[in-house]
Amino acid sequence: MKEIILCKFGEIALKGLNKSTFESVLVKNVRRRLKKLGEFDYHRAQSTLYVYPLDEDIDMDEVMDALKHVFGIVKLCRALEVAKTMDSVLNDTMDYLADALNGVKTFKVEAKRADKQFPVKSPEICAELGGKILEHFPHLTVDVRQPDVTVTVEIREKYAFVNALREDGAGGLPIGTSGRGMLLLSGGIDSPVAGYMMAKRGVQIQAIHFEAPPYTSERARLKVEKLAEEIALYCGDIAFHCVPFTDIQVAIRDNCPEELFTIIMRRLMMEIAQRICDIENCSCLITGESMGQVASQTMGAIVCTDAACRMPVFRPCIGLDKSEIVTTARNIGTFDTSILPYEDCCTVFTPKHPKTRPTLEDVEKGQSRFDFEPMIKEAIEKRSFRLIRCGESTVEL
Amino acid sequence: MIYLDNAATTKPLPSAVDAAVNAMTEEHFGNPSSLHKLGLTASQTVSVARKTIASALGCTAEEIFFTSGATEADNTAVFGAAMSVGKRKKRIVTTSVEHPAVAEPCRQLSQRGFEVVNVSPRDGAFQVEDIVAAVNEDTCLVSCMLVNNEVGAVLPVAEAFLKIKRMYPDTLTHCDAVQAFMKLPVLSKKLNADMISLSGHKVHAPKGIGALYIKKGVHIPSLMFGGGQERGFRSGTESVPLMAAFGAAVSELSENMDKRYVHVKALSDLLKDRVNAAEGLVYNSPENGSPYVNSIAAEGLRSEVLLHFLEQQGIYVSSGSACSKGKKSSIPAQFGAPERLTDFTLRISFSSDNTEADIDELMRALKEAQHTLLKVK
Repeated sequence: MKEIILCKFGEIALKGLNKSTFESVLVKNVRRRLKKLGEFDYHRAQSTLYVYPLDEDIDMDEVMDALKHVFGIVKLCRALEVAKTMDSVLNDTMDYLADALNGVKTFKVEAKRADKQFPVKSPEICAELGGKILEHFPHLTVDVRQPDVTVTVEIREKYAFVNALREDGAGGLPIGTSGRGMLLLSGGIDSPVAGYMMAKRGVQIQAIHFEAPPYTSERARLKVEKLAEEIALYCGDIAFHCVPFTDIQVAIRDNCPEELFTIIMRRLMMEIAQRICDIENCSCLITGESMGQVASQTMGAIVCTDAACRMPVFRPCIGLDKSEIVTTARNIGTFDTSILPYEDCCTVFTPKHPKTRPTLEDVEKGQSRFDFEPMIKEAIEKRSFRLIRCGESTVEL
Repeated sequence: MIYLDNAATTKPLPSAVDAAVNAMTEEHFGNPSSLHKLGLTASQTVSVARKTIASALGCTAEEIFFTSGATEADNTAVFGAAMSVGKRKKRIVTTSVEHPAVAEPCRQLSQRGFEVVNVSPRDGAFQVEDIVAAVNEDTCLVSCMLVNNEVGAVLPVAEAFLKIKRMYPDTLTHCDAVQAFMKLPVLSKKLNADMISLSGHKVHAPKGIGALYIKKGVHIPSLMFGGGQERGFRSGTESVPLMAAFGAAVSELSENMDKRYVHVKALSDLLKDRVNAAEGLVYNSPENGSPYVNSIAAEGLRSEVLLHFLEQQGIYVSSGSACSKGKKSSIPAQFGAPERLTDFTLRISFSSDNTEADIDELMRALKEAQHTLLKVK
């Protein structure tokens, strides 16, 4: 008797002729994720991935936890593998079901008889197991419409599986099925959430961070690397680019109108980001902007920022309130890191009264007062790179 | 010197001493909360130590909170449970053999309206059913040590906590694992504990440092307020040198826990054989206990007199537990040692530094003591 995990695919099931492509990417992602937890066997059937641990010592809690971070899985069930006999289904499963059944009041039993050779028919399996459960857990009653817990029995080729605990998976599409995108990662709350949201839709994320030494500290950069590590749990490995930005900021301060400082800075960040995208084969930019949150995120400001972009800029947080973003940040575990109190480059030189309704004409005129091109090239050349590995925690703060 | 009092405290490892000294010198003395580089270095030192301890315990770094020692960890666990779940549930279940760091907070709470139930061993051993049966719907906390500090008995914590958690998921479980950590395999998950107390100086780190594991998702209110260190749970500037030393010691000990166990087990078996073969000596620790802690008795030789006699010969042991400072302990008797031997109990506690020659020397000295002291009487 051992425990296995069933991963139920979500919308991939609807994907028509491309389904197998999506599924094989997902299986590859799962394999990669579980590699360091031990040896597993995988079996794919009917939009479900069966994960069989091959080693007694594998900690199934850890496996569940890892699988909960894999996009493309909507539901996860732990199931007990028992011998394919009614005796085993009835008698070997009671202790296992205790965890799921002790705290609830109602249940029902569902049976799937994939192997039609099995002598007992589904309704009979349900009735017999239901009766046994009632006998063993006298506090329970049966409710076939809205049970607190559904106990499922699957009779497959070699074994029978009994499960009762279902947990939500991460949902979304498998990473890598929607192309590659470059996330502009600051140290704030929003940008990690934006990266997570796009990764959830299957985008492979790279990240770019702008730093302004000596005004921003090593800690500020480490904080962002830590954020990248935290979202990498969901997003998979992240190529992390860090671009020195101090000289450009000083040049903007010295040469451009103060009220347009932030907008011009963002336009230059976009420019640098898309040039790195070209090098890295990314086809979109991703930012954490939310409509109207700050002066640089008003409609007018976004129009001016976007005018500097040749590629699509995805802003998945655009329609979210701060509180909603915070909720997601807490759920994915980035919030506590995001609120560490270190300055980032966006807050180094801020205008007293930034323009909330800039016109593109003014911005372009303001920016043209200085030739930023050599500085942009230099910044890209001086960028540093590290690969943030999924599941590794190496950044010490 | 032959040091056989490792359950009282252990000699700090050179690597632990180095780590502590390093954290106090050169550019490593910073305050982890400082924003500058010195602060970062200090903060990273703490972070590495936390991770080391977490991985030894099989949990995440976020689940480890440093304290001033196991007493603070135990107090925080007991009072914390009383202040959270204890608002609604007024029963605390513990054992009759706990260390005072758990027993005393429980006694304090019994004076504040909590009903404290002390489960005792039956026929010299704790039964899972007895612990589970003492817990009811109204129980806020079950606190049970893993290895008894006086006789080395291993309590069935994992099984008891598993059953309790299945029946009463809201009831908090706490384990004082001070005498087990880095000696026997202690894994947070396998123990089914919501909280686990650890001590630095029992694992070859300096005194003044300990840790409390709090399972993710379990909310325990803070008892110490201030600058918000330890993620707001335990304010007070971090003792970076002690944390670094704790981490370094655990890191070194993690490498050879099995090997050390085998060595100490052989010593314990040898001691048992030699003691039982000698006239007037009795080996009192229960079967299947931790080999690190051994309780023996020399009939007719009062503990303290014998302790000082051995001390003269350069052998350091303890009468009962060092924390009870000479008070008579009922604990060996609870685990089945004959009552008449209570006054004559000695605790021999090993570390992996001890050798068979140490036991030879102890046996020789004990024989001499019998010869000298009993004749004098």
